[in-house]
Parts: sequence; structure tokens; C-alpha cells
Amino acid sequence: MGGLQKKKFERGSATNYITRNKARKKLQLSLPDFRRLCILKGIYPHEPKHKKKVNKGSTAPRTFYLLKDIRFLLHEPIVGKFRDYKVFVRKLKKAYGKTEWSAVERLRENKPTYKLDHIIKERYPTFIDALRDIEDALCMCFLFSTFARTGKCHVQTIQLCRRLTVEWMNYVVAARALRKVFLSIKGIYYQAEVMGQLITWLVPYQFSHDHPTDVDYRVMATFTELYTTLLGFVNFRLYHSLNLLYPPKLDSKTESELREENEDDYAMNSECYLEKLSALSASLARVVSTAEEEEAELDQFPVEGEDLEKMEAREKELKQQEAQKKLFEGLKFYLNREVPRESLAFVIRSFGGQVSWDKSVCIGSTYEVTDETITHQIVDRPNINKQYINRYYIQPQWLYDCVNAKILLPVEDYFLGVTLPPHLSPFVEEKDGDYVPPEKEKILALQRGENPAHEQEDEDEEEEGEDEDEEEDDDNDDEEEEDEEEEAEEKNLKKMEEQKSQGKSLQVKVTPGKVKVENPARLEQEEKAEEKRLAIMMMKKKEKYLYDKIMFGKKRKIREANKLAAKRKAHDDAEKAKKKKARK
Amino acid sequence: MEGSSGNMRRSEQGEKMKKVREKTAKKRIKEEEEEEQDQIFDFNNKPAEEEEEEEDDLSDSEDSVYSGLEDSGSDSEDDEDEDLSDNSDDDYVKVESEQTEQTEEKKKTEEAVTEGGEKNEDEYERDSSDEEDIRNTVGNIPMEWYRDFPHIGYNLDGKKIYKPIRNKDELDDFLDKMENPDYWRTVHDKQTGSDIVLSDEQVELVNRLQRGQFGDVNFNEYQPSVEFFSNDVMLHPVTNRPADKRSFIPSLIEKEKVSKLVHAIKMGWIKPRRVEDDSRGHYYDLWANEDSSILAKHRMHLPAPKIPLPGHQESYNPPPEYLFTDEERALWEQQDPSDGKLPFVPMKFSSLRQVPAFPRFIHERFERCLDLYLCPRQRKMRVNVNPEDLIPKLPKPRDLQPFPSTQALVYRGHSGLVRSISVSPSGQWLASGSDDGSVRFWEVCSSRCMKTVQVGGAVKNVAWNPNPSICLLAVALDSLVLILSPSLADRQIVSSSERLLSGQQEAESSEGAGSVVWSEAEEEELNQGIRLKIQHPKTVHQVAWHAKGDYLASVMPDHSSHLQVFIHQLSRRRSQNPFRRNKGLVQSVSFHPIRPYFFVATQRSVRIYNLVKQEMTKKLQANSKWISSMAVHPAGDHVICGSYDCRLSWFDLDLSTKPYKMLRHHKKAVRGVAYHRVYPLFASASDDGSVIVCHGTVYNDLLQNPLIVPVKVLRGHVITHDLGVLDVTFHPTQPWIFSSGADTTIRLFT
Repeated sequence: MGGLQKKKFERGSATNYITRNKARKKLQLSLPDFRRLCILKGIYPHEPKHKKKVNKGSTAPRTFYLLKDIRFLLHEPIVGKFRDYKVFVRKLKKAYGKTEWSAVERLRENKPTYKLDHIIKERYPTFIDALRDIEDALCMCFLFSTFARTGKCHVQTIQLCRRLTVEWMNYVVAARALRKVFLSIKGIYYQAEVMGQLITWLVPYQFSHDHPTDVDYRVMATFTELYTTLLGFVNFRLYHSLNLLYPPKLDSKTESELREENEDDYAMNSECYLEKLSALSASLARVVSTAEEEEAELDQFPVEGEDLEKMEAREKELKQQEAQKKLFEGLKFYLNREVPRESLAFVIRSFGGQVSWDKSVCIGSTYEVTDETITHQIVDRPNINKQYINRYYIQPQWLYDCVNAKILLPVEDYFLGVTLPPHLSPFVEEKDGDYVPPEKEKILALQRGENPAHEQEDEDEEEEGEDEDEEEDDDNDDEEEEDEEEEAEEKNLKKMEEQKSQGKSLQVKVTPGKVKVENPARLEQEEKAEEKRLAIMMMKKKEKYLYDKIMFGKKRKIREANKLAAKRKAHDDAEKAKKKKARK
Repeated sequence: MEGSSGNMRRSEQGEKMKKVREKTAKKRIKEEEEEEQDQIFDFNNKPAEEEEEEEDDLSDSEDSVYSGLEDSGSDSEDDEDEDLSDNSDDDYVKVESEQTEQTEEKKKTEEAVTEGGEKNEDEYERDSSDEEDIRNTVGNIPMEWYRDFPHIGYNLDGKKIYKPIRNKDELDDFLDKMENPDYWRTVHDKQTGSDIVLSDEQVELVNRLQRGQFGDVNFNEYQPSVEFFSNDVMLHPVTNRPADKRSFIPSLIEKEKVSKLVHAIKMGWIKPRRVEDDSRGHYYDLWANEDSSILAKHRMHLPAPKIPLPGHQESYNPPPEYLFTDEERALWEQQDPSDGKLPFVPMKFSSLRQVPAFPRFIHERFERCLDLYLCPRQRKMRVNVNPEDLIPKLPKPRDLQPFPSTQALVYRGHSGLVRSISVSPSGQWLASGSDDGSVRFWEVCSSRCMKTVQVGGAVKNVAWNPNPSICLLAVALDSLVLILSPSLADRQIVSSSERLLSGQQEAESSEGAGSVVWSEAEEEELNQGIRLKIQHPKTVHQVAWHAKGDYLASVMPDHSSHLQVFIHQLSRRRSQNPFRRNKGLVQSVSFHPIRPYFFVATQRSVRIYNLVKQEMTKKLQANSKWISSMAVHPAGDHVICGSYDCRLSWFDLDLSTKPYKMLRHHKKAVRGVAYHRVYPLFASASDDGSVIVCHGTVYNDLLQNPLIVPVKVLRGHVITHDLGVLDVTFHPTQPWIFSSGADTTIRLFT
């Protein structure tokens, strides 16, 4: 009655979203350009709550963007650059068609380019924001830096990626920021703590890539473009936070040492410096040369109660961290040529060790194999011909395990030709109830300073733990047990009855009654379990659903843990049997 | 004059140039021809001449280089040409002399052309005829064409050249080969048909050519080049021309060009060349002045979730328990990537050097990229609930005692499943009806079977008369309802019940329900205690007494008729059908304990009729598929319904027609429900073999809703044929409960 008729889809959520195609048209961009813009600006589609409403009643699958986001893109100066580029390409084509080579040249010279600095600043208003989002950038740059310089992307990009990753690694070494390393089947995971942020990145093993065909390298290249800019700025800032020169310069002292060697063997002059940097064997030059690290002493504040405990825990952690940072200090490593040099050098140097390698492997080796002061030689082959007495020959896993355990592990398990102990992920933090591999427990014991000789004890403990688990199970099974008891009674009665019905003279026998000793604790427990069961019956449907789901998840976790434990046990038993056989 | 001479000279020079070009072409061709030796030796007959010519060629080429350069210089600018003319006079003479030579040669060739006219273009193309000694004028044709003729061509005079009269066969050839020391340097000339013995020089020449060297021994191909024109100011310049005038005055053309460019730049048509700045690798402190003003712009932005960190199974050397067994591997291969499949197979390598590259590395990175820019992001609230908090806080069952908790007695004796049980109002006796066709009477306290009445048919239902002053039992079997007087009470009570049954003979009027037949029991049955038989038209499923004990309702479920419920009056032996219309399959009926209401439970709802006003007062929606049983609270304000879809619904008649509470405690169909008369207890029996006793306090205060607390799950009955507990009933005074099951037993829980 009266008033204007309300039109459908002109208010509410339908006006807040825009389909991808419409957005593209609004921005007057081609789809690849639109994609590139979304990647650079970090715009992602949104899933509306009521898709049908937003889709104007249709249920066709569409991608929606927030209208606000698209409006935000409208003001982006890079959009103009994209359009310029489109025009440039058109003009270039025309000039080619007319074979006006001078025009082609002139156009080429004025090819429109753009910078991403303002986008980085906009997307990451503070430095910490940028650090939080650096993981993907690192992974991507490390991947691109391993690409062969053929075809897949511009050589400059690869070189830039390599440069940035080397700078990053040098920073991590200089800041002693590395915390955890993990050798996985995908590559090597590193975790560093930079300005309080834990940053994890993955570096592929050094092999040439088998480039898949179903991957759009344009998308990856666009990401890399953004990431190199981001990583560069982050590196700059990080270097300056440590008073290091940026772009990094080697320490003048070490530089002169390195210069003595004939550099021409390794690389062209232009790349030589980068190679030397990437060798990671030398420290970097500082802005202030006297920069002896002065750790700012934390002031002690009087605290009480819980805070005190927390404070103590934190202090302990800090101490541990300090110790970890100096893990390899005073140790001298020598890398054989078959081990991954870069990774090992990075790890060793990050924890204060000295490292060298054969001169022919890479530039920047600092001492020879024959050096008597070498403490550890990292070898990854079954045996080695010439051995020096005063050094350990160990497999590379030892280093990584030491880093993760934050202590120097006994070297016996890692000698040449010895079957290595499993390499565990340092990222897994077991909560109670989760399965803990026995190796982890061993390491934990070592960390606590216990002697590994008491393995037997440990095993006992394990068993106890298992017992406890079983007890828990018992609680669940109580019900059934009751049933069983009753059934037993029933059986007795039935027997009696049968005897009765068979008409035989009932063997009237008075057996001395057994006093049922009821465990009061157990009784109470049962009662409680019963109570709980009854209460669960009275739950509302919704809550019951949630509760069941939670309990299901918990049970599954327990089941999985049990499965792993059982598998391990079976494996250990098999191993033992094998050993016994071998002994016989 | 000047101009004409210049012209002439230029034309001459042009000719010379052509010659030079010809010469070079010839040389090239010669090199080509070293493969076809027979052609080379055409002009071998006068090698001296040839050499001479070659010398000529050399000098010629030197000249040509010189003059050619000059020529190119003069080509562009006429003025310079004139100035240079003086200098190049001596050159000019040389050129002239050469020209004469050339013309002589030309003549020769022209002659040749006239003779072999048809090969004109061929000759010019290859240009080899001019210095050849032409004896045979047939030209460059395959000599097989003359195979069948006595001659092999024509000489310059047009006379035939005859083939030499000889026919060397293979043998001659062989002998020649063996004997003749010069055989290796003998060559057969097809064109003349004669054998030619090569001289030493010629052999040397062939060797040199074969080695790819120049034919002339003395020719140095690497002689130092003399730069005539260099940037050095020399003492004796090659040309001594004074500088042009135009080199002192600004060029108009250039001025024009420059002004054009300036104009284009001014108009912005041409942009100045951009300074090549390598901005890609140039970084600075971007966050020097951090301001949070931009933060507000992007409030909707959600940071992308991080990639989960790897677990033990991703290690290159994982603990053995994380490796796949064969079954797990098979399972993994079958799994769909969507249902939480591990994206890789855990593998173990004995040492680091054996670890290969991960084949899907680039894929994974790419997928991550796609996720970053194509996936809608949503903040998902993770419910972090302690499951213990979800459990409602209920009063402890211990505080709600008394309620039956343990099994006290088992009543055995029936051989079929016990369908129905009923406790006498005094609480001393228990009646049970079974599928074995008997009704048994038990003493509650001793579990002794006091009496067994064979009624001849599966008993569907038994019901004690709730009036304590009457001792009667109604039994429903087939289409009969029997009224039993078990005489298990005081004589006074027995006699009063007898009186009730016997005194109403006179009211034999069967009004309304003609299909119901009342009959007295026969002798034998009288002894057993059966007093009355009420014959119904259909199978009776349930009987229910009114609280006063005079009225009895019986239920005959039937979809298609309105004859489903009868209400019988014992004292007057009268039956009537209260309903005129069929409202659905009647499952059970019940009288209101105090007021004149009648509850009829159909398949999905419970209807409440006012018997006085003869109208329906309420219809309760049970929200269940199929009601199996119903019980009315002794106060009359609450009803519970059990249904075959495992639910128990509690209705509060004061609240609404919807259930106040739905209890889904049972795993299987609920068969029976019961209220305790005194205690705030109710129970439900189910096919899952359990009886659940609940505490249901009903407050007198209308504002307070009843509190329902399950207090005990009683188990004991064995499930047989998928049937568990069939009926349940409370002791009238004690907090005891009886249950009858499909396992032929009746159990008492106290």
C-alpha cells in the first residue's frame, strides 16, 4: 500500500559483493592483469554468507569480491601502469608491422615499468607485519634461486632471488637467529626467530627441477616480483638493525684473506662477490666497526607469586637460548664434498662453529683437511680412506639433531656406516595423550641431564604410562563389566533353575558366603561414571552433538596414538627377534 | 667539359667495377670447380697464359680495391669527386690501360658467343668461357650425347672433331695402369677424347686446391692491411683536400631536423630517454616512519593462514612407526585428497645423500600461490569448549533417593515372552500375561507363582482393577476381554467384587454397541477364576480401568473404522463406543485418575476428551512417528508417551500441546512407560533391554516446571528376537519397579 515498490537485490548483501567479471570490467583490465593486480595488492575473493542472495537469485558458481576491495583497487596507480603497458604493446606491434625499427627502439626504451614500494608499505604498514608474512616470500625466493637460468623466468629474477636469499642467510648467521632445522623429504625446513617472530621456510634440495607443465609460471613470477621487493626491504631493515652494511660487505679482514686465492676459477667478477657471500664462511662488515655485542642487561623488577614463577621460567628459557646460540662455538668442522655444503655451513655458522671445505667445492674455504685442529669432519659415505685420529667422522644428521635438541648429542650414534637414529621433527610439540616416539623421550631425558644408560628405566616408565592408559580404558569399560557380573549371576541362577527343572534332587548345599570386598574408591568411581552417563543423557541435542564430536576427536587421537605405539612395539619386537637370531 | 669527363670516368669506373666483380666471382667459381676436375683442364693446355692472366687478376684486384673505395667515397658527394679528380689521375691511367685488356678479352668472348649462340646465358652466368681454350665448341654439355657419333664436337672453324681411333678396353686400361709410371697423373679429357698427362706444376696446383689453399704459392692471405684512412693526422695525407665550406656553416637540414625533434619533445610526442636506473635491486628503509593510519584502510583484511609445520612422518629418516605398512599404503592410494589424506608417502632413507628431490615441490608452491590469491578467506571460530562444561549440572541421584537401583527378584515360569504385567492395588500380587497363553499370579515378596490361569491364547494385556476394594483383573487376548477374579484378597473384597460382577444381570440392554457380547464363564473357567467374557468384533490390544474400578476401556486398533475403542461398564454390563469418527490408529487409552477425562493416544498425537461434555479438550502433538505407550501422572496434569522411534515425550498439560521435554535415552524402540503413584518417579522400558528410571518432580507451584533427572539405568533382561523389555510397572506403594521381558522373565528392581 503506497510507497515505492522495493526492488530485489538492490540493498543488503547483494550490493556489497561484485563478481569477478564485473570487477574486471570496472577496472578495465584483462583477466591476467586483474589477477596480477589481485596478487600484488593482496585482494582475495570473499564467500558471501547467502550466496543465492548475492548472486541475484542464481545458483551459478561465481567468484565474488568485496565491492570495497574493488573500489580500493580503483585508486591504485599500478592500474594506470597496466593500461600504459597495454598501450605500449599495441604500439610496439604496430611499429613491428610497419617495420619502423627506429620507432620500435624508441618504444622499447620507454617501456613502462612500475615499482611496488608503495604497495609493500600499504600492505605491511609496520615492519612486524612484513616479518609475519615473510615465510611465503622466503620459500618462493629460495625456490626461484634454485631454478636453472633457462626459459622459465627472467635471469634477473633468478639472480635477484639468489642475492636476497644469500643476504637473508647471512643475516640469520650474523644474528644467530636460527632455532630449528628439519630434514624432510621435501627439502630442509629452517626456523629462525627474528625480532620475536618465528619464521619458518623451506629450501628444496639442490637438484635441478623437473618443471611441471600444469603450473602457471606467470602467477609464480608475479608473486616473486612482490616477494623480492618485500624481502629486499626486510633485509635492508634487518641489516640495519644489526648495524651491518647493506648491501652486505664482507669483513675487510676476511675479504683480504679471501682475495689471496685466485678468484677467477669460480665465477665472473660480477658474480664473484655474491659467491663469496653465499659461501657463508666469513662474517659481515659492520657500520660501526667496534660493535662488540653488548647485551642489554634486563632490569630486575620485584615480582610476586605466579609472576615470579613465570619470570623464572622465562629466564631459564633465555639462558637455554643463549646456550643454544653458542652450541658449536669452539668446534671446527670440515665438510666433505658429498654433503650439502650450503645448508651445513649455514647451520654451523649460525651456531658459532667454524667451517671449511675443499677448495675445489666452493669459494671461501678457510682451512684444509690437514688442519690438525679440526674437531669434526662431516662425511656422508660408508667409509673413508684416510682418517685423522683427533677428529670425529660423523654423518650430517648429527648437526641437525644437535640443533634441535639444543645440546651436543653423543656422537657414537652418528659415526660412519652406523645406522642413524630416526630424525624427528622439532616442530611437533607433544601434549599429554599424544604419542611420543621413544627417541624423543631419550632426547628429552638427555636435555634434562639424565644419563642415557638408564634406558631400562625409561622403558619401564613407558610401560607404566601404557598401564595408565589401560586404566582409563577400564573406566570406559566399567559398564560392560557390570553387565558381565550380572550375567555371571544370571548364569548361576540358570544353572540352579535347570537343575530344579530337571527334577533331580536339588543339591542343597550351604557354601560359606564370600564376603565381597568392595573397594570404596572404586565404588565411588563407578558411581561417578554412572552419574556422568546419566547427565550426558539429559544433554540438549545441540550440546550433545558438540560433545559427541569433541569426544570423537579425542578418541580418534587416542586411537591413533595407540596405533602408532602398537606399530612401534611390533617393530621393536621384530628387531629384537632378528638380533637374537643373529646372535645364535 | 668537366661534367662530361666526370660522367665518362664514372661510367668507366662502373664498368671496371663490374669487371672486378666478375673476377671475384670467377675465383669463387674456380674453387667450386676443383671438384669437377675435367672442366678445370679445359684450359690447361696453355698454363702459361693462365698464369699470366692470374697475375693480371691480382693486380686488377688491387686496383679495384683502391678505386672501389674511392668510388664509394665519390658516389655520395659530387663536389668531392671533382676535387679528387686531380689526385686520381694516375689511377685513371692505369684503369685505362686495363680497360684495353679487358676489351680485347671481351672481343674474344663475343666471338665465342656468336659461335655457340644458344649457350649465351649459361656462359654469362658462369663466365668461364672467356679464358678457356676452346677447341671443342659444343660447350658445357654431357658428352654422352655424342656417344653414338664418330665425332665429339666441332672446332672453331666448324669442322668436326673426330674421336681418336682407339678402343681401350679394361685389359688395356689395366695394363696401362701396371706399366705406365705416369698413369696416376693421366687424365681423360672427355671433350677432346684424349688423355692428358699433368705436369708437375699442375699436380701441385691440384694438391693445393684439394688442401683448400690458394692456387698461387706466393699468395699471402694474411698480409697486413694498410689503413689508408685513419683518425691519425699523417705527415703525408692520402688526400690533400681543403675542408669544405659547408663544414663551417650550420646545416639547414640538420637545423630543420632538430627543430622538428624539439617541437616533438615540447609537445610530449617524444619522451626523453629514461635514465636507466636499476630500481629492482635498490632498497631503502621503507618503514622509517611507521604510521598506523594505513592500517585502518584494510580492516577487513585477513592474513593468510600459515602452512602447517611438518610432523615426524615428513622426516627423511622417520621413526619406523610412521612408515606405511602395505595396507596403509593401499588405503592411502585409494583415499581422495579431500578427506585429509597425507600429501606424500613417508619414506626412509638411510643417509642424507640418498634423498632425492621432491617431485611435487613446485606444484606445492604453486598451489600455495593459488590459495593465496584465489581462496576466499574466512575467520572460523574454533569452539574451544571443555566437554565437561557441556554436561548439565543435575542434582545427584543419591539426593533423589528412593528409587529402584538393584535387581532384587526374578519371577520365572512363563514359557513365552511376557507381554504385560500388572500389580494389584494392594501391592501384594503381580499378574502377568504371556504369549504362552497363561496368566500367572505372583506373590511379589516371595516371587512365588500363586496361580496360573490358562486362557487359551496369547495374552496381550492384563490390568488390575485400581480400586482397592475390588479384586478383579482384566485380561485382553484375541478378541476377548476376560474379567478374572483371582480371589487373592480378603474375603470381603472378593465378595464385593463378586457382587459387582453378578448383580447386574438385569441390565442386559445392549445399546449402541451391538457387536459386543457379554457372556458368563462356564464351569471349568469359573474354577479358574474367570467370571466374564466380553467378546469384541476385533482383536483387543489393550485394556484400561477407570480409577473407580467400574469402567473399563478396551482398544482395538484399526485403521479403517471408528470402532476402535469401547468403554464397558461392569456394574451394568454395558458397552459403548464413544467415538463416531476415525481419528487415526489408536495405540492406547487411559482414564484421567481424578477428573472425567479420557486420553486416547493415536499414532502421532494424544487426544484428551472430556467425558462429561463429550468433546475434545486438547490434542497433544507428540513429535514422534509412532506412539507405543502412554502413562498419565497420578495428579493428572502430566502425560508421558513412549514411541517406537526411541523417544519419550513428557507433556505438561498446563504448558502447551508440544512436549515439554523429549528424552532420547534409549537406543531402541520404547515399549512401555509408567508413573509411580506416590514417588516422583517414572520409567521407560525399551527394546535395548534397559529400563531407565527418571526422577520427575512435579511441583505444585504452577510457575515451576517439572525437573526431570534420569537416576538409574536398570539392565537385566536379555534381548531375544530383537525384543527387550516389553512392559514396566511400578509397585503402588514402594519405590520398586517390575519389568517383563521377551526373555520370559519378570524382574523386580528395588
